[in-house]
Amino acid sequence: MSPRLTTDDVAHVARLARLNLAPDELDRATAQLTGMLEHFADIDALDLSAVEPMTQPYPLVNVMRDDVPGDVLDRDEVLAAAPDADLAGGRFRVPPIGTPQ
Amino acid sequence: MTRTVTEIAAGVRSGELKAVDVLEQHLAAIDAREGDVHAFNLVLADQAREAAAAVDAAVAAGNDPGPLAGVPVALKDNMCTRGVPTTCSSKILAGWKPPYDGTVVAKLAAAGAVTVGKTNLDEFAMGSSTENSAFGPTRNPLDTTRVPGGSSGGSAAAVAAGFAALSFGSDTGGSIRQPAALCGVVGVKPTYGRVSRFGLVAFASSLDQIGPFTHTVADAALALQVVSGVDTHDSTTIPEPVPDLSAALGRGVAGLRVGRITDLPAGADPDVQERLDAAFAALAAAGATIVDVTVPAFTYGLTAYYLIAPAEASSNLARYDGVRYGLRVAGPDADSMFAATRTAGFGDEVKRRILLGTYALSAGYYDAYYGKALKIRRLMADDFAKAYASCDVMLTPASPSVAFEVGAKAADPLAMYLCDTYTIPANLTGDPAMSVPFGTGAGGLPVGVQVLAPALGEPVMLQVAAELERSVA
Repeated sequence: MSPRLTTDDVAHVARLARLNLAPDELDRATAQLTGMLEHFADIDALDLSAVEPMTQPYPLVNVMRDDVPGDVLDRDEVLAAAPDADLAGGRFRVPPIGTPQ
Repeated sequence: MTRTVTEIAAGVRSGELKAVDVLEQHLAAIDAREGDVHAFNLVLADQAREAAAAVDAAVAAGNDPGPLAGVPVALKDNMCTRGVPTTCSSKILAGWKPPYDGTVVAKLAAAGAVTVGKTNLDEFAMGSSTENSAFGPTRNPLDTTRVPGGSSGGSAAAVAAGFAALSFGSDTGGSIRQPAALCGVVGVKPTYGRVSRFGLVAFASSLDQIGPFTHTVADAALALQVVSGVDTHDSTTIPEPVPDLSAALGRGVAGLRVGRITDLPAGADPDVQERLDAAFAALAAAGATIVDVTVPAFTYGLTAYYLIAPAEASSNLARYDGVRYGLRVAGPDADSMFAATRTAGFGDEVKRRILLGTYALSAGYYDAYYGKALKIRRLMADDFAKAYASCDVMLTPASPSVAFEVGAKAADPLAMYLCDTYTIPANLTGDPAMSVPFGTGAGGLPVGVQVLAPALGEPVMLQVAAELERSVA
């Protein structure tokens, strides 16, 4: 059941997670994740086909509140905490988006 | 010299004690030993002195400051405090000052508690030893060559060392109960949804829950009472009235059924097992009936947890991208800025869990890992429900061992994860659980017994813990 993990797999996952791994870090991460997945193989033998997944411990659904303005964060205070912001324009400032990978 | 929360609040409310004097005693303890223990990321002496003076002024004016009047409290540094740095012991949030108070923080202030500082933790609450902090490890105040447990190790150490009478931590897989056990204090993880998570920096949102550390069970009940209840800012809080959590503490355990899990995973050290056996004997002697129960899914809890928690974490921690708060490392375009920031800002354990969680959620592996883990979670809840049909509470060890030496498990992530074997199931089910000190094991170090109860079963859980506390006194 558990597929064999390769350094290419881990490099792909690291790209998805926006983490840069040096070659030695990639090797170490691959070895550590492989060890964990081997440990987690204890569930491979279980037949779970009839079991419903559980995502939340307490069954609450559609929790609503009245649609009225409440106490909200002060925009200037929030922007002031950002690494870079255009305070007058009320915007976070980021480098150009969309450079091809 | 060490006063309980209950004694301090009663004394300050009646005018017999001054909040400023109580505070100075705790600040003196911090001055004397914080250099060795490193429980805090930040001590808020000036702010605390102002708050304590305000409490005394309220009493002098004939007003009641609240049920925690003048109680020095320490907060895990993953709880948002307005205008006060909140770091999660991570470089990626260093220097960030939240623009709001978390609900628990606000409730404590409204109840008259005095915040003395923000406590150290494993980065983003990921760890079982408080060694994975960007600001250095916390040491166990009972033996500074040993860890205090984690991830709320700073909060546990702060109470054990007398730096605060009360502290709060968060528990995602045992992060309150295990350090409570290792530091010899009481630690409670309430029912999921009992306490608002608003303002708690998210690790794994379906598992995280805030709870108190104290010296006594009565103190824990009082503190938990103050912070419990539904909150419009957290849609997962339970819309049920909170019962009087202290009412049953003196009732004893006669007639209660205490479950002993016969298929509990092995791994507890002999000295810990001996204390667990003694706890069953003490409750039986006090009139409880010991009932053998089985929880077959218990064994698979570790696997389910270490897939679900990293999966949720990989999603929650996507927000640290250098845009809205905290660290930014420059890059020529947004995507390389995101990656440079996250690579520099996160520590090794956080990266490991993000990778594991991203893998468990990725195309082709979702069903085999995350999907399966969610089904194990259901089995766990079903197995616990069946066991609670024949018992009122269950006992297990809180930790497989007493406090271990600093560095002992640092190189082996899986060995560290096994610390959570007995605490994880209550996070998966959402049921309440707590650790109560019950004597000592190897080296004279404290052992904690875990009391498990069904959802919303805090009263009976605290009732049984109070009996264990009396029987060991």
